[in-house]
Amino acid sequence: MITGQIAIDVREVTKRFDDIVAVDQISLDVRRGEIFGFLGPNGAGKTTTVRMLTGIIRPDEGSVHVMGHDIVKNPVPAKQQMGVVPETANAYLDLSGRQNMLLAADLYGVPRARAEERIRETLAELGLLGRQDHRVQGYSKGMQQRLILGMALLHEPPILFLDEPTSGLDVQSTHLIIAMLQRLNEAGTTIFLTTHNMDEANRLCHRVGIIRCGRIAAVDTPEQLKQTVERIAVVLVRFDRRVDIRALSALPGVADVAEVNGRCRIAVEDIDTAIQSIVSHARAQGTRILSLDTPTPSLDEVFLSITAGDD
Amino acid sequence: MHPSGIVEQVRRSIVIAKKDIMIYYIKGPVIIFGLLIPLFLFMAFSVGSRFASLPFLISGLLAMTLFFTATAVSPVIFPWEAQARTLERLAAAPITVPALIFGDILASFVFGVGITLAPVGIALALGLTISHPALLLLGILIGAICFSSLGTLLSVPPTSSPPNIMMLSSLIKFPLIFISGIFVPIESLPAWGRLVAVFSPLTYFTDIARYSLGEVHAFPLVVDIIALAFFALLFTAAAMMLHARTLPKRI
Repeated sequence: MITGQIAIDVREVTKRFDDIVAVDQISLDVRRGEIFGFLGPNGAGKTTTVRMLTGIIRPDEGSVHVMGHDIVKNPVPAKQQMGVVPETANAYLDLSGRQNMLLAADLYGVPRARAEERIRETLAELGLLGRQDHRVQGYSKGMQQRLILGMALLHEPPILFLDEPTSGLDVQSTHLIIAMLQRLNEAGTTIFLTTHNMDEANRLCHRVGIIRCGRIAAVDTPEQLKQTVERIAVVLVRFDRRVDIRALSALPGVADVAEVNGRCRIAVEDIDTAIQSIVSHARAQGTRILSLDTPTPSLDEVFLSITAGDD
Repeated sequence: MHPSGIVEQVRRSIVIAKKDIMIYYIKGPVIIFGLLIPLFLFMAFSVGSRFASLPFLISGLLAMTLFFTATAVSPVIFPWEAQARTLERLAAAPITVPALIFGDILASFVFGVGITLAPVGIALALGLTISHPALLLLGILIGAICFSSLGTLLSVPPTSSPPNIMMLSSLIKFPLIFISGIFVPIESLPAWGRLVAVFSPLTYFTDIARYSLGEVHAFPLVVDIIALAFFALLFTAAAMMLHARTLPKRI
């Protein structure tokens, strides 16, 4: 659900730590109702950016507006609009899950009756209701992460920031969190998601931004990004019998041919010319084409292409 | 209600204070530092000073209890939170740094005042008369704010290691005990000692306690109250300002 209004407006934001420029003049918009994926290699500046957007650290230059509130000049109203699941945060281990939720509700000014209702609903949805009175010390990592997500959602924020929310979690917790994020987004919540998981970004995000060495390298939809990868297109063809590789290589539009697992992997310069000449060649040779695929690059390939040379 | 309004921020400070009490104060270290250490120091001193009067000894115990209790936990809350990785969530919550600090001071204040009632009870049980109870109560309240804010101020260095702050805290706290008229009356200190004592907030609380128990006191009471309140304001303002600078460095 995308409404087109701006939820997060980032303009030329820079952050330095001594002589190191961690984030360098980045600008981006996140629209209301959008799931925005923020990708980048380790040390690229993802967490620093999220911390600036959530008001945990101040940018040295530039401005950040969250739902129209300047995060530096008016941090409290801006923070009131957001739920945050930081990368390394913990709940209080000496308190129970329910006590942690109540603490979050009080910190966000949720009235007690509404808080009780929301705690029940959220813990049930996160599969933690049965353990709500147990100390968090006894929770698994997945349960703790679900609890932290629940704490971020109690006040029903219009924007949710998540920094690597499923990193290192079991399959059950990962699925539960992803499904919950999808439901929240369908209900209108804007989500800013930092992740290393390309499959997660591809499935969930309406748009992704890729940060590299503190600068934004690309921002677009996953589909558009895949099309921007400059590479020679590949056609995978399976024939009903062995074909002469040299004859295929000489066809118009074909750059190179190799046989891989019983299929011909044909690198083409011009996809239309190449497919037409392959089909004509097969017909002339009396050979049947059993399958013909034109695989598109994955988001992983896009990411690797954009961040080539980084750690 | 507007979340950044003063009433709402004070309400959130109370939430922080409740959290601190639940997690950090209802634990052994507070009892050890707040009650047992002053008690042991008191016992050692009373054995070694057979000629000191009971009101003199009890006023010293009162001062040590309030001072140790109010500064026992407040210095280590920030490093503990940073180490346990709970600080980042607080930093992302809609609460200002001054409100966060005020919450920590409030928790320390409640505990300091609560535990200091124990030596007051000991004084009454030993048959001492509290000549000026209202003044003593006022002194305890202002002193608790002053020492709690001092404790919070001690945690300003942006370390995530509680032992580092404990060491710094002990280096400052223990010398103060010896220059504040607890073991040796101010008037009996050498000239340099009397000069140094002026800069210790503990001096003024000890003086109030001494007067309240009918003992000789060194400064006019107005000076004691104003000096204690001045230190309380100074430490609170400094803690709020300096923590706002160092908090992001802990994350």
